[in-house]
Amino acid sequence: MTVNMTKGQAISLQKSDGGTLTAVRMGLGWQAAKRRGLFGSRTREIDLDASAVLFADKQPVDVVFFRHLQSDDGSVRHTGDNLVGGVGQGGDDEAILVDLQRVPVHIDQIVFTVNSFTGQTFQEVQNAFCRIVDETNGQELARYTLDGGGAYTAQIMAKVSRAGSGWQMTALGNPANGRTFQDLMPAILPHL
Amino acid sequence: MTAELVRGQNHPVSRSRVEIRVSAGTPVLALASLADEQGRLAGTGVLAHPGARTLPGVHAPADLADRHTFAVDLDAVAADVHRVGVLLVLPPGGPVCFGAVPASYVAVAAPDGGGEIAGYTLTGLDAETAVIALELYRRQGAWKVRAVGQGYSDGLGALLADGGMPAPAARELAAAALRAAAPAKEADATLAALPSLVGDLRAPQTPERAAAPAPDPTPASGVPYAGTPGPAPAGAGSPPTISYTHPRRRRTSSEPPEPAPRAAAAAEPGQPPRPVAGDAAGWSMDERLYNQVWGMFEDLARTVAAYRSAVEFADSRMDRELDDALSDPRHRIGGSGNAARDAARARREELVAQAQAVLDRDLAQLIAESEVVEPALPASYARWDNPVWHGHRTPEEGPLALRLGDLHLPERPDLRIPMLVRVPLERGLWIDNGRTGSEAAMAMDTDRLRRAAMDMAVAHAVRLLAVHPADRFSVHVIDAAGAGAASLAPLVRAGVLAAPPAAGAAGVSRTLAELTRRVDLVQMALKAGAPEDLPPDVDTAEQLLIVHDFPHGFDDRAVTQLRYLADEGAAVGVHLLMVADRDEASAYGPLLDPLWRSLMRLSPVPDNHLADPWVHHAWTFEPDLPPQGSQVLGQALDRVAEARRTTRP
Repeated sequence: MTVNMTKGQAISLQKSDGGTLTAVRMGLGWQAAKRRGLFGSRTREIDLDASAVLFADKQPVDVVFFRHLQSDDGSVRHTGDNLVGGVGQGGDDEAILVDLQRVPVHIDQIVFTVNSFTGQTFQEVQNAFCRIVDETNGQELARYTLDGGGAYTAQIMAKVSRAGSGWQMTALGNPANGRTFQDLMPAILPHL
Repeated sequence: MTAELVRGQNHPVSRSRVEIRVSAGTPVLALASLADEQGRLAGTGVLAHPGARTLPGVHAPADLADRHTFAVDLDAVAADVHRVGVLLVLPPGGPVCFGAVPASYVAVAAPDGGGEIAGYTLTGLDAETAVIALELYRRQGAWKVRAVGQGYSDGLGALLADGGMPAPAARELAAAALRAAAPAKEADATLAALPSLVGDLRAPQTPERAAAPAPDPTPASGVPYAGTPGPAPAGAGSPPTISYTHPRRRRTSSEPPEPAPRAAAAAEPGQPPRPVAGDAAGWSMDERLYNQVWGMFEDLARTVAAYRSAVEFADSRMDRELDDALSDPRHRIGGSGNAARDAARARREELVAQAQAVLDRDLAQLIAESEVVEPALPASYARWDNPVWHGHRTPEEGPLALRLGDLHLPERPDLRIPMLVRVPLERGLWIDNGRTGSEAAMAMDTDRLRRAAMDMAVAHAVRLLAVHPADRFSVHVIDAAGAGAASLAPLVRAGVLAAPPAAGAAGVSRTLAELTRRVDLVQMALKAGAPEDLPPDVDTAEQLLIVHDFPHGFDDRAVTQLRYLADEGAAVGVHLLMVADRDEASAYGPLLDPLWRSLMRLSPVPDNHLADPWVHHAWTFEPDLPPQGSQVLGQALDRVAEARRTTRP
């Protein structure tokens, strides 16, 4: 069962059997640009990047992105930068894995963002999506379709925040512009 | 002749009447299942069991036993049956899983005591209580046998349900089979034990999920081939480890790696699993242990990083809140300011306590891991006080890595991580015998510090000699002023040095010239692609050059040669171990800075100068020296000398 989340919708990350989630994955997938011309290497590749920013009390503490693939504490891991995209059939081309049990006690919010590093807007990208998956059983918790998303180069996707003893996820789906997560910080702060 | 099958392997069965022989380490129930082309157990009459022993073509044994023989007539099975499975099931009240009993052996043989056609030993089982041992299947009109060896921790019910039988029917059939097999006097116990067997072994509250027909089987990590009816993962916690090694065949380098140790089951539900030595990826046990030690290193670095960042955050938040309380004009009258300050401190304490609890949990786990890993280490990784050194023999292969000492963090000084580096060493080593390096060195007098540094260098040399095959490692020493003679005495006495320690300026230039020539010749030979055409006097073994008291006895030419060895030597097997005080070479000014930087600095006293590659904590390095009064170095040297005598005619 996939929830196609609407903006601002919050879901508690409780499993259907009552247990809390222990590991989630943010997956990002898109279709590579079409090869063109004789010199295939001059195809304008599309490079989308997934990032996760870890906040403690609204202060950014750590960030996981393509230049820092693992948070210092080891709880948030990026599987590696994909520079060109995939076949566009729904597989994740970049993923960020969050081991919620190992997140340090002071981190209370984790914000996931998507940026177009090569500058194409989401209008130009085919079959782009991002989704949140329960890593323990592969079940998809939420999915956004990015393509046709307007003349934006970034999206603040979702945040996972502490709620009581567990975690809850809020879909943000807020379009923004920026090349990397740094450009998005002003846009992220209002969502904390 | 019997074909010995490994998991997933198949073999033709040329005759139609065969006998299945089972020999198990414990009384088991042997059953036969009849499945269609898709592997589905459809309808009734799919299981030959003690309650209904005879089905067309098969006649299953009636009782629980550790040896079974039963007949299968492949011509007589129904035309829509494409797979005949041989199932082994543990009875309730017996052993809890196949991982706990000796491996069973199942063979397909000619009837009436004839020769075996194919046999299979079921190795690598874990939490399974019901397994498909073999499968006889039709392939293009002929029958073949395949070694399956996969099972279900949830028992026969789960096995049948996964074969496509509706869950309630599967459970009933499983119960009936077990009931019929069990001796009558045990009937009550059997029935009482049934839920745990038919349902989930580990999580009895979810038998429905476990036994539900899986329309879309979850791909387990270890599915060996397409065609088995969706094997379920055996253990609830860990994916099944499947060993493809043949149990009775010797391993060669082209064969699959040594089997990994099985991860131990959790001591109690909810607790982390008990650590096991070698619980990491790798082809050999040494590589697994190396990776495990580096995994522990990284985990400790990250765990402490989480703790430190939480404490730092708690402190900064408290400071901010205290400032706010101080500057808030409302607090100036009355006692509300104190209350605000107390609240800020309490918030800090609470967060720090939480962080401490998480840290303690992680450290306890790492300490438990360290306690099992440390005794399991091979000699090249082991501390000098490890008993492995007493039984150590000169190996036939060089080591994978070398222990240089121990690393620890102030949060838990007694949790020592072995500092392992790959061999051959990529960088030279520099044991700093200068007093200005650290506080601990400042507190020692110069002579003792120098002696400790040289003893450490000798211990490293002995370790390297002992863990390499005889004649594959040689040690040269430059001790221009003879100041290291006391430490070097054991090496000299055992006669394991390539030449006596070089003394004086002449000795320095002779040794350096010889090693420079070797580096040059080996480089040339490698570039020319003719490494076998080296002059016969060039020693192809790895070389270690210990330089004591640098720069005594070194002229400019010798310094240049030393720098050449430091830069070029490691790639062609000439390694540098400097025992030196950087201040003594200060006359060279900044010219030698690149040399010092290119060496890995170690210290004879505990010193926190090493950073980990992940979060750059400052780790305290502590050298590992033989215990006081221990003979381990001398014994290791004796064995090296002995091995050399036997290899050199």
